[in-house]
Amino acid sequence: MYEFLKDLDKRWIFLLMFLCVTIPIYVIAKTGKSFPEVPTVLSEAVFQAVEDLGQGDPVLLSFDFDPASEGELGPMATAFVRHCAEKKVKMYFMALWPVGPQMIDDAIAKVIHSDFPSLVYGEDYVNLGFKPGNEGVIKVIVTDMRELYTTDDIGTSINDIPMMKNIHSVQDFDLVINVSAGYAGTKEWVQYGSTPYPDKIKIVAGCTGVQAPLLYPYIPNQLPGLLGAIKGAAEYEKLVIDKYGGNDPDPKYLEAKRRMGPQLVAHLLIILLIILANYIYFVEKKSGVSV
Amino acid sequence: MNRETLISVSLLAVGAIFIIGRVLFSEYGMGKAYVQAVEVRSSGSEEDLSWTKYESTTQRKYHEAVKKDPDQNDYQFSLSRTLGIWVAALFTLFILSFLYKDNPLYKIAESVVVGVSAAYWMVVGFWTTIVPNLLGKLSPGWIKSWAMPGLDTEAELLYLVPLVMGVMLLWRLAPQGTWISRWPLAFIIGTTAGIRLIGFLHADFLGQIRNTIMSLIVITPETGFDLWESVKNIIIVIGVLSSIVYFFFSIEHKGYVGKTAKLGIWFLMITFGAAFGYTVMGRIALLAIRIEFLLNDWLWLIDPSNIRI
Amino acid sequence: MKRNVPLFITALGGFTLIIAYFIPATQGWGEVAAIWFDILASIAFILGGGNLLKIHLKKVSDKSAGWAYSAITLAAFLTTLFVGLGKVGVNPNPQYPEYSLSGHYREIGSPFWWLYEYAFKPLTATMFAMLAFYISSAAFRAFRAKNLEAILLLGTAFIILLGRTFAGVYLTAWFPDWMSGLKIENLTVFIMSVFNTAGNRAIMIGIALGVASTSLKVLLGVDRSYLGSGED
Repeated sequence: MYEFLKDLDKRWIFLLMFLCVTIPIYVIAKTGKSFPEVPTVLSEAVFQAVEDLGQGDPVLLSFDFDPASEGELGPMATAFVRHCAEKKVKMYFMALWPVGPQMIDDAIAKVIHSDFPSLVYGEDYVNLGFKPGNEGVIKVIVTDMRELYTTDDIGTSINDIPMMKNIHSVQDFDLVINVSAGYAGTKEWVQYGSTPYPDKIKIVAGCTGVQAPLLYPYIPNQLPGLLGAIKGAAEYEKLVIDKYGGNDPDPKYLEAKRRMGPQLVAHLLIILLIILANYIYFVEKKSGVSV
Repeated sequence: MNRETLISVSLLAVGAIFIIGRVLFSEYGMGKAYVQAVEVRSSGSEEDLSWTKYESTTQRKYHEAVKKDPDQNDYQFSLSRTLGIWVAALFTLFILSFLYKDNPLYKIAESVVVGVSAAYWMVVGFWTTIVPNLLGKLSPGWIKSWAMPGLDTEAELLYLVPLVMGVMLLWRLAPQGTWISRWPLAFIIGTTAGIRLIGFLHADFLGQIRNTIMSLIVITPETGFDLWESVKNIIIVIGVLSSIVYFFFSIEHKGYVGKTAKLGIWFLMITFGAAFGYTVMGRIALLAIRIEFLLNDWLWLIDPSNIRI
Repeated sequence: MKRNVPLFITALGGFTLIIAYFIPATQGWGEVAAIWFDILASIAFILGGGNLLKIHLKKVSDKSAGWAYSAITLAAFLTTLFVGLGKVGVNPNPQYPEYSLSGHYREIGSPFWWLYEYAFKPLTATMFAMLAFYISSAAFRAFRAKNLEAILLLGTAFIILLGRTFAGVYLTAWFPDWMSGLKIENLTVFIMSVFNTAGNRAIMIGIALGVASTSLKVLLGVDRSYLGSGED
């Protein structure tokens, strides 16, 4: 076994990883069964932050991610838009990433156009689009949003959009929801948004697995709630579905839950690989072979 | 033919046979896209103008519409989007083929993504910022006349400064005088440094010190002395201080300083272990969505959202 | 002039933003500087595209190794640029139908949208998906429990990997109530909210001091590396 493992071509490991993800996806899609989810404290904090909003409250949703992280963050974005639509808050979309507006378009098409067709663009939701500058954008809009956003994403003047009437800066929003894949994202929103204006700007966020551990130091003073990786998305999905989903929820609101299946199998594979790697190490150490 | 080539050719052959088999012999085929034609009427013109836009729809809705009325035209098969799904699937496979061996198909896909993404960013930057925020501020009347008829701003000649700086920045591409681009670069570097200095000191330095000043003896009105919360807070404070001692390289790490730094390393190792665990979680989700695309949108082997017959 | 004026501009831009933070009356100057920064950031995209054009055109004209791939890059670049800047196939804004360029550059169904949806999106997403394979290979090659520190790292990773899926819940579901704190999912929450928070907080404080010192060095002209070699 030692000889076999020592010289194992890495392409067999790639094949194993491929199968560990593909087979569960196939089985879960065919059977319709997936693993149960139990929400944790941080997901409940995010859920409660949105639940505490009242009808008509203005909420800024900043989708700072691209297709490369859509696997983790797409379900979060969908769940956030669904929750906000159910709460009948006014949704203001923006992005700090160039491809962010495409993610906004996808979420609007998937949730609002499909399940909430009575919502009116310009009165219930608006897409302000992307502006380059990363934290420079946040720095401007926390005090004066209209200087940078003179039109919405389509080109309509801000002055002609009814729901922009009382919005002059980020401080006018009751909540900022950030879905973030990296730089610029949640860290910058905390640094230039909630930290300098702790009483005016409240931020909750969903982020990738890579970022999540790095954002824990901000919790809870600067960042009351955080959804970390696909697990956070699955937990938040469960909370939204339990409250608003009914007995037979639409499968598009259960994407993260379905993806936890391949996640489990792949995690077990990684653990197995680490154990096998250490088996090789200890055999070599015992036999005096230099590693 | 060497072993690797033989395996590559065999995999390609098996894949091709499978795909041809599914396309020709399965009831509904695979990898098709359908659209719904929606008429759009102009609202701001004296003439009654209209055109058709095509929104994505599902195979199920298409077949239901055809069953109801075989001559209907609202729901249609979309050749361009079907071709698109196949192009996307092939690009996905080209990139994945790199896992076996570097090959020309991967290099073609790589070249395409470099070209498309650079141009995509340019187009986005132009239409979202240069037109409305620069040209629209300098000459709103001109921009209103051809690009943004809804624009409602006054001319501000102060925006000549970023325009000039922008031209200077583009001078970097010129064969001579690349030093001209140093001025706007200096402005970018300076403003970045100024923004970050304050942001990092406020949120990451002072903010984190404040967050670490926590009760070591936690007493709540409901339960009185809370042992568990107190223990957690004590561990956090000890962890932060010992990890900071580890990073203090101006003092030699021996004696009590050495022991504290050692404790700090243990906290950091647990931190890195957690980071590794979360990173694995993140990466696997990205692979899952690509495989879902191949199995669902292209091969039609699964239908988790129940959008097909 | 070639080096002194940029140093002055750096200091002026940076200190304007710092002063604007502390003196409310100067907040407007800070906003102006930030807006100019945002505009220059969008022009930097054009610079990036222009640079790509320059490099690949040179490769094709010199017929250096791999020039065919550069030709593909150029073709993809110019096609995307043309359909995007020209809003090819984009319907006008229904409110302003007589203005052919008033429509949205990202309109669904347009060639630019097609290139994003069926070229850009699958390619970038798959490139990042490859990382899952590399991480599995790295797990097999690199993670050896050589000492106590490595054991701590690997042990924590195992707990997180199990605790963030149903596997961990299932494995320790049989624990009695008084041991519920040791259930893997609860252990995961404890590790993240206590140990991970402590470690990352220390790292964050260190990085903040580093950023502050680097920024001050740049603003005061001590660090001039961004100005280049100074040969022109």
